[in-house]
Amino acid sequence: MAGIAAGGSRRSALAPYLLLAPGILYLLAFYLVPALSLARTALSPETGPWYGGLQHALSDYGMHLVRSFQYALTATVLAALLGYPLAYAMAFRAGRLKNLLLGLVMLPFFTTFLVRTLAWKTLLADEGLIVRALGALHLLPVEGRLLNTVWGVLGGLTYNFLPFMILPIYVSLEKIDRRHLEAAQDLYGAPASVFRKVVLPLSLPGLLAGSLLTFIPAAGDFVNAELLGTPNQKMLGSVIYGQFLTVRDYPLAASLSLLLMFFILLLVLAYTRALGTEDLA
Amino acid sequence: MKPALRGQAGSRWGGRLLELYAGLVLLYLFLPILVIVLFSFNRPDGRFNFVWKAFSLAAWQDPLLYPALVEAMRLSVSVAAVSSAAALVFGTLIALALCRYRFRAAGAVNLFLVLPLTTPEVVLGSSLLSLFLSLDAVMGYWTIVLAHVMFSISYVALTVRARIRGFDWTLEEAAMDLGATPFQVVRKVTLPLIAPGIAAAGMLSFALSLDDFIITLFNAGSRVTFPLYVYGARRAAFPPQINVLSTTILAVSLFVLGVIVLWQQRVHRQNLRWIPESR
Repeated sequence: MAGIAAGGSRRSALAPYLLLAPGILYLLAFYLVPALSLARTALSPETGPWYGGLQHALSDYGMHLVRSFQYALTATVLAALLGYPLAYAMAFRAGRLKNLLLGLVMLPFFTTFLVRTLAWKTLLADEGLIVRALGALHLLPVEGRLLNTVWGVLGGLTYNFLPFMILPIYVSLEKIDRRHLEAAQDLYGAPASVFRKVVLPLSLPGLLAGSLLTFIPAAGDFVNAELLGTPNQKMLGSVIYGQFLTVRDYPLAASLSLLLMFFILLLVLAYTRALGTEDLA
Repeated sequence: MKPALRGQAGSRWGGRLLELYAGLVLLYLFLPILVIVLFSFNRPDGRFNFVWKAFSLAAWQDPLLYPALVEAMRLSVSVAAVSSAAALVFGTLIALALCRYRFRAAGAVNLFLVLPLTTPEVVLGSSLLSLFLSLDAVMGYWTIVLAHVMFSISYVALTVRARIRGFDWTLEEAAMDLGATPFQVVRKVTLPLIAPGIAAAGMLSFALSLDDFIITLFNAGSRVTFPLYVYGARRAAFPPQINVLSTTILAVSLFVLGVIVLWQQRVHRQNLRWIPESR
């Protein structure tokens, strides 16, 4: 970058820090300090030992934590199965339609998340389009339903976070040097083995970034479970919300939130240690 | 498609199958949006617009029928405007620092920027609530704005950084050599270059703010934004006006997005024209 080299002598070494200061200070004040405040609320209950809130949280709501991670993992796998082929088709087969398709994948971002999820309520309803179509194809038993079942919740979670899976995969496929593919073909690689030995490994960083970006919001979500499920599918987010704003057991609520943050942070740090932050942005 | 990819196209059926599958996934992405738009033309029986009854333009003719809904929309737009303006300033400065300087803390800054994006919203919302509670802050308009600025900064910084990467910054040197004051350089060279990137980031953070539900739920006090209104409406009454407003948001977003994309292409072409080797 010639600009930096040439400008270096004229600009003071402090310049980048001055540019960073307002935003980073803001994030320190409203991201880091709140996280510390959450930890303090969680770890200083009015009575009992400091870990009392965590203990209470795990024994009473460990099930919801496990369920949230199970649902998030399932939704992530489903999103990968749906998103990878679409990203592949966009990168290698769409030609001039590429940018249009990219815009279409982002379209859901421009309609309100909550209204979108409520639209699924209409679609999945017992007399709705999808139940009748699946019933006609005998893919769903008579009297079978989707709304207020675990499938409705998983379908909603997968749907809502699918674009987060597609976009990083697409970017990593797009970056693959087409000459690698030509080389593999010239060496008589069968299409399947070209994919397995060249395309898939090179797009793995995108797949992992997409999985992380799908898993995290899915694990913290409770809107899908509340709108498309029953109390049997209640996720950790609902409990955190209810404990904070309805029951007002702050140490318990903060403990639950802290546990969720802890496990996600482990995932994120493991990811960034291995692959850096480049593909997440 | 390029002939070089003949190997993959070799199994033509495989290719067709892939396209069909991709089409079905796209359909999955659009189905709810189609429902939202379609149901803005519904005339529901009773209070809930969840079952198709009959075509009607009633909701479009009277989109502002419900004062509480209009008020919620107004609040959302106001919060989105104020919070994205603030996030644009903070985020753009961070992006400029990251793009134009090499400095030791850059890696740490990158990680710190990614953290808010990779923290579940329920954690972000409850952390802020926990801080506001410990400060005895009055929850309302400003706590919503503070929260929205927080989660928008990273998006803005990363979006602007992605758009202005690879620009030819020697133009600034040239302007200075020709006697421009620093203020003139910023106004006449830097801003025109980075403006489309800022516009794209502004649109993104506006959309994110307008759409945010979970973080807002924790920090709104008794104020009701559009998503919070919808959350309550699913139990009380869900008029087709909600769909009308959602469809309007979608249409306006698409229009603005189109304008920004065209603008960006123009600025990029103009900038490239100055770099000899790219001609």
